[in-house]
Amino acid sequence: MSNPSEATLPPGAAGAEDVDAGRRRMLVATCVAGGAASAAVTWPFVASMQPSARARALGAPVEVDISALEPGQQLIVEWQGKPVWIVRRTKGMLATLTKDTAQLADPDSKRSEQPAAAQNEYRSLKPEFMVMVGICTHLGCSPTSRFTPNDPTMGPNWPGGFLCPCHGSKFDLAGRVYANMPAPDNLPVPKYAFLSDTKLIIGDDSKGA
Amino acid sequence: MASTGTTPHVKQHWANQLMDWVNARFPLTDLWESQWGKYIAPTNFNFWYYFGSLAAMVLALQIITGIFLTMNYKPDANLAFASVEYIMREVPWGWLIRYMHSTGASAFFIVVYLHMFRGMLYGSYRKPRELTWIFGCLIFLCLMAEGFFGYLLPWGQMSYWGAQVIVNLFAAIPLIGPDLAIWIRGDYVIGDATLNRFFAFHVIAVPLVLVGLVAAHLMALHETGSNNPDGVEIKKQPKDPATGLPLDGIYAHPQYSVKDVFGMTVFLFVFSVIMFFAPEMGGYFLEYNNFIPADPLKTPAHIAPVWYFTPYYSILRATTTELLYVLSVGLVVLVAFYWREIPRGPWRQLTLGVTAVALVGFYFIEAKVWGVVLMGASVLIFFLLPWLDRAPVKSIRYRGPLYKSALAVFVLAFIVLGYLGTQPPTPTFTRIAQVGTLLYFAFFILMPWYSKVDSFKPEPARLTK
Repeated sequence: MSNPSEATLPPGAAGAEDVDAGRRRMLVATCVAGGAASAAVTWPFVASMQPSARARALGAPVEVDISALEPGQQLIVEWQGKPVWIVRRTKGMLATLTKDTAQLADPDSKRSEQPAAAQNEYRSLKPEFMVMVGICTHLGCSPTSRFTPNDPTMGPNWPGGFLCPCHGSKFDLAGRVYANMPAPDNLPVPKYAFLSDTKLIIGDDSKGA
Repeated sequence: MASTGTTPHVKQHWANQLMDWVNARFPLTDLWESQWGKYIAPTNFNFWYYFGSLAAMVLALQIITGIFLTMNYKPDANLAFASVEYIMREVPWGWLIRYMHSTGASAFFIVVYLHMFRGMLYGSYRKPRELTWIFGCLIFLCLMAEGFFGYLLPWGQMSYWGAQVIVNLFAAIPLIGPDLAIWIRGDYVIGDATLNRFFAFHVIAVPLVLVGLVAAHLMALHETGSNNPDGVEIKKQPKDPATGLPLDGIYAHPQYSVKDVFGMTVFLFVFSVIMFFAPEMGGYFLEYNNFIPADPLKTPAHIAPVWYFTPYYSILRATTTELLYVLSVGLVVLVAFYWREIPRGPWRQLTLGVTAVALVGFYFIEAKVWGVVLMGASVLIFFLLPWLDRAPVKSIRYRGPLYKSALAVFVLAFIVLGYLGTQPPTPTFTRIAQVGTLLYFAFFILMPWYSKVDSFKPEPARLTK
């Protein structure tokens, strides 16, 4: 059988020269069409594993009106089931962020989670407005605000920031964790954008104004 | 059976008539004889040859107990945890079936790890058994998938956060990572959608593939014949004129059927002791945190995978920027070391290209991503064993000190990495895990060299005891 041109071929076995070119072309075309159709049919199955309409609605970006937020105040909104904080920082608050960096675990937010545009000394798009997910990176408790400088419960020289009530992790006003605290990383900053001067969208950074 | 129809005067036993009727319609006798009944195996199987049949038995156990668990389990984020407790407390004998399944999962990995180690001891992956080995590696991958998907189902804290950590690994992949993680979860966090699909994978998708692969594994094995502790091919031996079998061959049935049944008995004895008296195995088989319902807002202080994943998890955690520096140097040294072995032309260009991409990648892509890559590589590298091993002999009995030490170091590294993976990371532990990671990979990557330059003893013509 190694040489198809030998006369020992059984009757009916087609040698290379007996191929019906028209039928072979039809066969190849049918296989290609069938293969393409089969491949296309996998799409609905792959796509069915995407978040459902309900999950998308619950996880959709949220718009926040920040026109009523006064300097030094904090606003908490819910996004994807998580508390998101918006803090309007005063000039004095911002000034503390550049002073205390030696005591921070990750002052430049190198291993912390934030959009690239917010990886700066203020961890925000606009220095005045801080947006972060209020869930401690240690065990997931939600820290509380301790904005008053030199708060007697916070130890000496407290510049203002956040305290996790569960295990005592301390964070500065940019959500950066102090060194040697249970929490390993800074509070995460979600994707967000300014739709206007008084309107924020959280969970989406593609429609910035 | 040839007598049916030709000698109508001889009345056959009804059972033989039934077999003839079946065999005329389905090759039942042929199948049985080719796969086991008339399968010829070497005479010198030892202790290590129990684990194949044990793995098959545990597979059957997992499938049967799994079917009965699905009768009461609810794959729903609000109901799952309570349904497992319901099985444990209120379903008659539910606790037994559930503990059989959870102990069976760990037993499966113990048996399979020992089975794989047997292959490495006696070179069972070598030509002509490469496909048996590859099917086996694919079975191992399926098993890991089963373990991972199944561990989410009780919906305890460790289920939840373990899955969270592992799925987030995919999010580390550049560009497609975040969308891929959402696609895997079917939501922005591990949730009901994730639980429901993991259930589908665990109870039907992966088991179907697994059973098919086991059939392929056995068919490939029975085609080439079994290897043995001497690594000598009995098919190449002259046939015994009296029996027609190779000189050192024997029918697997009943010889090894009986041996396997004995092994199963001993195994089930040990299995029962664990299942009845220590089903949690000190937190290794069932982690304590998993007796707390999943809470998406509270991360456990220490997240560790179940023991059978910990060596790979250690490799993942050991991959820091520092390790990448070592790997960069190691990669360059390795390429220089093997350079003369690489054929000139496109192979050398390819090697240089891959090395350059890896070196650049080590500096520009974060260490976490490389951790995922190394963890994947640590499992997939087993596939390459048949081609990495260049020794002229198969069995460790005829290999020299180099291979013996390398295998010992590898086993030690595997165990140490496994232990470290259960522990919270400390700077010292991370350092040890990094050394372990390097040794783990060195076993494979240096094998083409040390397996060849080793000293060897001549293989015998006949099997030894």
